[in-house]
Amino acid sequence: MKGMSIIVKKVTQLLSGIIFLYGIYIITHGHLTPGGGFAGGAIIAGAYILLILAFGSDTIKLKNIEKGSSLTESLAIFIVLLLAVLAFFLGSKIFFANYLPKGQLGEIISAGVIPLYNIFIGIEVAAAIITIFLALIIFKEEITK
Amino acid sequence: MELTLSILIGFMIIGAIFAIHAKDLLSAVISVGIVGYSLVIVFLLLKAPDLAIVQIVIETITLIIMVAVVLDSTREELKIKNDFKSFTNITLSIIFAAVLLFFFVQATADLNSFGQHSLRMADAYVTGAAEKTGSINLVTGILFDFRAYDTLGEVTILFAAALGVLTILRIKGKK
Repeated sequence: MKGMSIIVKKVTQLLSGIIFLYGIYIITHGHLTPGGGFAGGAIIAGAYILLILAFGSDTIKLKNIEKGSSLTESLAIFIVLLLAVLAFFLGSKIFFANYLPKGQLGEIISAGVIPLYNIFIGIEVAAAIITIFLALIIFKEEITK
Repeated sequence: MELTLSILIGFMIIGAIFAIHAKDLLSAVISVGIVGYSLVIVFLLLKAPDLAIVQIVIETITLIIMVAVVLDSTREELKIKNDFKSFTNITLSIIFAAVLLFFFVQATADLNSFGQHSLRMADAYVTGAAEKTGSINLVTGILFDFRAYDTLGEVTILFAAALGVLTILRIKGKK
């Protein structure tokens, strides 16, 4: 896959960081404002897809990113399950129980485990979408070679 | 409100029908986009910003992927001949749609009218949910506390989708 023109590359350099930050904001404020793990993860994946489409596979080593993203994805879903299982040892013996202190309503560090679930599900969603996108490009390039 | 929603849904149906009959595959993909983005407006009108954010982002990403696929392969649709087989297919699908419509009308006859839902189950979730879960955004509170199994299922589906793409679409084996 070839990269795009220098205008697209420059605009992408300026924009993708801001989109990435917005995704992180949506994830970390998931328990306060609309959004959460799914929306934020998809936005972060969008920032990466923008970069890959603009710069092409000549400048970015796609296979290395794909290895990393599939590893991240597996680790993130494992940590989500681990957080859910931890409830058996801390607090009430219910799968997915909220065992951390709830804190002040409306503060960013509140709601117990919910922000942690949000963060790891965000990582999982972002890594899964990037993996699917990269797999489609890499397998296509393997055929044409 | 109902009129606006009806217009939007009619727009979505026109877009979907155009997507089936378009000669150029690129315009078919764009008209599938009409369906998705109209759904975003419907979600916003029904006061569901959480869903609207997810829908607009996922719609954009799938549209980008589909446009990339169409531009990379072919823009022309396959020619399909009309013969006896397609006649039976069309008849069968019309009969199936009629049966589905009949049972749909039967099922929705007992529901409350639009905008006046029965809140038997929702009341138990909504009253005091902020204190119970500690999260101000009730949607997140419900998704990760009362209905955490739903979220786990959704994430597992995404994980399985990535796994399926990595294993099934691979043409050359790993060395």
